[in-house]
Amino acid sequence: MNGRRYLEIRNDSTPVDTTGIPVLDYSLFREEVTAMLNRDDCHCLNYFCHPVGAGLRFICCIADDSSGLIRIFSHEKGDDDSALQSLTPSCSAMHIFEREIHERHGVRFEGHPWLKPVRYPSYRADKLSVMNNYPFYTMAGEALHEVGVGPVHAGVIEPGHFRFTCNGEEVLHLEIQLGYQHRGVESLFTETGDGLRRVLLSESIAGDTAVGHGLAHAQLVESLAGFNPPGSLQVERCIALELERIAVHIGDTAALCTDVAYQLGQVACEALRTMVINTTQFWCGNRFGKGLIRPGGSNYPLTEEITVEILRVLEEVERRFGNIVSCIYTLPSVLGRFEETGTLTRQQALAVGAVGMAARTCGIPRDTRATHPFQYYRQTVINPVLQERGDVMSRGMLRAMEVNESVNIIRGLTGEWSKMKKETERPRYELGFRPGSLAVSVVEGWRGEICHVAVTGINGRLVHYRIKDPSLHNWMALALAVRNQEISDFPVCNKSFNLSYCGNDL
Amino acid sequence: MRKEFRILSDHGLQYVPDLRNQPVSERFRGMPVITAGGEPSRIEAAASLCPTGAIDKQTGSLDLGRCMFCNECALNFPEIFRFTNDYRIAASKREDLIVKPGNNGSPGFDGKAVRQEVRRLFKRSLKLRQVSAGGDNSCEMELNAAGNVNFDMGRFGIEFVASPRHADGIVITGPVTENMAEALEITYEATPSPKVIILCGTDAISGGLFADSPAIARDFIEKHHVDLYVPGNPAHPLTFINGLMDMLGI
Repeated sequence: MNGRRYLEIRNDSTPVDTTGIPVLDYSLFREEVTAMLNRDDCHCLNYFCHPVGAGLRFICCIADDSSGLIRIFSHEKGDDDSALQSLTPSCSAMHIFEREIHERHGVRFEGHPWLKPVRYPSYRADKLSVMNNYPFYTMAGEALHEVGVGPVHAGVIEPGHFRFTCNGEEVLHLEIQLGYQHRGVESLFTETGDGLRRVLLSESIAGDTAVGHGLAHAQLVESLAGFNPPGSLQVERCIALELERIAVHIGDTAALCTDVAYQLGQVACEALRTMVINTTQFWCGNRFGKGLIRPGGSNYPLTEEITVEILRVLEEVERRFGNIVSCIYTLPSVLGRFEETGTLTRQQALAVGAVGMAARTCGIPRDTRATHPFQYYRQTVINPVLQERGDVMSRGMLRAMEVNESVNIIRGLTGEWSKMKKETERPRYELGFRPGSLAVSVVEGWRGEICHVAVTGINGRLVHYRIKDPSLHNWMALALAVRNQEISDFPVCNKSFNLSYCGNDL
Repeated sequence: MRKEFRILSDHGLQYVPDLRNQPVSERFRGMPVITAGGEPSRIEAAASLCPTGAIDKQTGSLDLGRCMFCNECALNFPEIFRFTNDYRIAASKREDLIVKPGNNGSPGFDGKAVRQEVRRLFKRSLKLRQVSAGGDNSCEMELNAAGNVNFDMGRFGIEFVASPRHADGIVITGPVTENMAEALEITYEATPSPKVIILCGTDAISGGLFADSPAIARDFIEKHHVDLYVPGNPAHPLTFINGLMDMLGI
């Protein structure tokens, strides 16, 4: 392979000229992309298309975990009704991207198993496709029945519809219909010229990942503006991201306990989560870190007082969480529910393109902090926490181990920070963007890999903005994990993945 | 067993005894205070800075139903705007969310605007069905937290239930997406009367950042009487519970 077939960039680096991206003939594009995606260390960060003139331009960003490079491929299609040969039969993880392109632009992919709707966006090509006529997979048989759950669920959670086909108590197939949360986020990014508005939008993509998505956006705008964040700002951002990870992992541990009626685990973890998010509130005034991540600087630079408070709280949380974790994961009644429940195999995880926690619990070392480092992770050694079995137990244990890892990362980072020159300035919302460019930003949020891609026009305005939450890949992982499980185990399976509805629906 | 006792002793007493006066972080953004007689050009500049148009460029008032609590007005125009950490900002009427210059903290909750039957029937037991209609999951998590070991709204007989058939009202989060509009309507219809409607979070109250998005359909909100508005991004559990206490007359 040579450089003329694609461009290579690194995460969070200088954007590329859109005119410089080689436009391949589709058959060559398909050959190149398939060859690359069939490597275990490569996966697709994002594949989308946007209108150019009367036709469409397709952009495919592939992450190479071994070299840390992101390769950008492209092809174009004229304004005709011709179909493209689908990539999905040879690389199944592409199924979701082709479905998304089909839903948005009406492009047909020949050989794709089923171009089902992804999120019913307001700008969908086929307006006859509505929430109420989703094409569910059905099975017939006297012993079979269907169970429909949602969009309004029993608990206080986001909406989505789950359709189970069961043989008695056993789930044969689960289909997940999403789209209820679609707010039109992506187009709002390009419709506004107001930098502050875009920042607030990024924090609302998924409110449980305000820091993760906020950072992906800030990084992207800074890359388009050629702004290099000072070391102190980079460290602050990494600390905020790790605090978010710790808080959610502990909260999820509480929720897993709730689902198996282990009340001690539930209440102990709830109280610990409160301590962590109140520390974030102490820092920036918001328990979810909204307001903390800003392009160009920060309204709440880290101070000595705040680091002391963070370290004090984390020390107590680490000790108490360690105690409760050793109770949870040794209790026979908990183990009976978690072990060998909802198993996702390594092959399945690779096939659906699982990222983040879902991949790491199947022994796949996908952690972009280590493979495509950003901010101060470039100077930090990250050892991805791995589990091998892919069951609910693994997903619980991974959280427990990652909490400890994150506490240690924060200790290291605060140590670095105290030695640094404090150069964090006020945020800059009016940064000018490099015209005619494409920028890619990847952040490892607590769920996994978040990827934002932006394209600017010749006047430097944002013309295309694409967001990928890790949930986009991982919802299919959940659907596979519950096959041949008892339907009563669905809650623990679902909670152990804890995927985002609004992050998928945008 | 010894380990479990250790956990319980570390855990200690978690509940917030006085939900009306719980200290929260200095930086928490609750009720704003707006100085009267601000320079008109500065007010206009603040209004154009506000990403959701919460600040009125003529009067300088601030609409908490549209405010994202980003703090930019206070950081850039500190002589006019300041956020206090008073979390008691819920209101029974939409217009009460508009904070006027010269205010001295919270105007107080207008209990007279609450329908009589609400207090008579629900004061000692209020069961709520939550509907997320485009909420970003932060308000939803805070509503869950309102029932946890710290905030424990269950002490007042208030809790979330699974079925609208068992509920006395609904709590809506999110700007109300077009794709969720029908399910919201069905959930409301399935709730027996008399029933309350509570809007939780800026998105739900005004649409927030998404007010002008073509993917939003707010007909439901426009055609029904709302009993309680709980602002925030997201609404803090203390704001939510205090709003309920005020509504119920607890």
